[in-house]
Amino acid sequence: MNITQILFWFLSVVALFSALMVITNKNPVYSVLWLIVTFFAISGHYILLNAQFLAIVNIIVYAGAIMVLFLFVIMLMNLNKETEPQKNRWLRMAGAVAGGCLLLVLVAALKDTDIKQQQAMVNGGSIGLIKNLGKELFTTYVVPFEISSILFLSAMVGAVVIGKKE
Amino acid sequence: MTLLVIDWWLILEKALLIGGIIGLSFFIAMYTTLAERKVAAWLQDRRGPNRAGPFGIFQPLADGGKLFFKEEIIPLASNKFLFILGPALAMITALITSTVIPWAAPFITKGGNVIPMQVADVDMGILLVFSIVSVGVYGIMIGGWASNNKFSLMAAVRGASQMVSYELPMGLCLIAVLFMTGSLKMSEIVANQVQNGWHIIYQPLGFLIFFICALAECNRTPFDLPEAENELNFGYHQEYSSMKLGFYLFAEYINMFISSAVMVTLYFGGYDIPFVNEASWGLSSFWMSLISFSVLMAKISFFLFLFLWIRWTIPRFRYDQLMNLGWKKLIPLALVNMIITAAVLLLLNK
Repeated sequence: MNITQILFWFLSVVALFSALMVITNKNPVYSVLWLIVTFFAISGHYILLNAQFLAIVNIIVYAGAIMVLFLFVIMLMNLNKETEPQKNRWLRMAGAVAGGCLLLVLVAALKDTDIKQQQAMVNGGSIGLIKNLGKELFTTYVVPFEISSILFLSAMVGAVVIGKKE
Repeated sequence: MTLLVIDWWLILEKALLIGGIIGLSFFIAMYTTLAERKVAAWLQDRRGPNRAGPFGIFQPLADGGKLFFKEEIIPLASNKFLFILGPALAMITALITSTVIPWAAPFITKGGNVIPMQVADVDMGILLVFSIVSVGVYGIMIGGWASNNKFSLMAAVRGASQMVSYELPMGLCLIAVLFMTGSLKMSEIVANQVQNGWHIIYQPLGFLIFFICALAECNRTPFDLPEAENELNFGYHQEYSSMKLGFYLFAEYINMFISSAVMVTLYFGGYDIPFVNEASWGLSSFWMSLISFSVLMAKISFFLFLFLWIRWTIPRFRYDQLMNLGWKKLIPLALVNMIITAAVLLLLNK
């Protein structure tokens, strides 16, 4: 077992455990904090694959910016056990069934894809470094890249329109 | 069978470097607190602390001792674990940002091994600093929320939104610098400046915006709204006492130190000695490292002084003014700066 494998198992355990804590915690603030831990573990996995840019951007965007907004909302609404609406048992069961169906569909869809034959390149490969990734994005994948930037722009305009409504 | 192959020399070297840098950060932060009081006194025509030791140089030790021996109060209605996690996070994130800063010219041993005076020269370089800064918000937010105090919560929300807003123009200024270097590596940013002159010559507007944002990111006056005493009592650390309060206050000084180091590295040539070609002196690499390190420290000290100078000169902004400045003035300016830089570089290359 080399150090990469040790790190892989460690990060996997952290990611799975913190993801479980996100959904089992009663307090929504704790859930958000565990979700941040999950993002860090996933960033660790990216670094193991030498996808450094993805790892850093994952932390800046998800752990740094989006989760702060989540925390804002939850902290200001001051959700806790007393004020939280009690969901009835049927709703919970329906949720479990729906989630199970989604899992089933995902497993069925991914069962025969060729992903499982492909080995991840651990500790090597330089496509995740910023220079190579940038070249690839702005040459081979420039059209989808620009289209997604228009998507972001429209989201931004939409946010401004909603904010200006009054 | 060997279970693990570890380069123990590398670990030792890095451990020494990390220990040295953390020690240095603490030392500088300690004496910045004294400098703050001395500068304040000087600007207000007073003498400042001068009882502990000659010229008051043991004052930081006395302050630290006082904070350690104060009674520690954790509010009953607070969330105990998060209450302790808050200041710890603030301190940890403040210290981690120093990893990618090159502190001196690389040191070459007699055997020909090059030891870079930098904990990690990763490909992401400066972006790593940004990612850690963006995580640093949680120290304030968690502490403010866990205190279970309305003033603390308001201050924490203010602080976090201020930091998130000012990260944007900061990042846009950074992009203009990266256009010129073509690399995110801190070592290459410094090398580019040694070769082509400091970035402040080409990016004066970019530096100004970056500096204003750095003030806001460190929660320093005129942007110290998270601890505005006359509106929020004492801000997000109101419920804190003893060394936990000390950690919050201390983290601010470490942040000042590190952000000065980042600004010097990005715009003022890092450890480069101005106006001379030091490579022609023929000094041994040990002396070169030492001299370049002192030059870096001199530049950082100037910026620390600038931070203090501004604090005791300029009054605090109002909150809406802060947001207006960030979103409506700095971001468009930084965008224009970025576009002009890109256009000029494109013209020069063709």
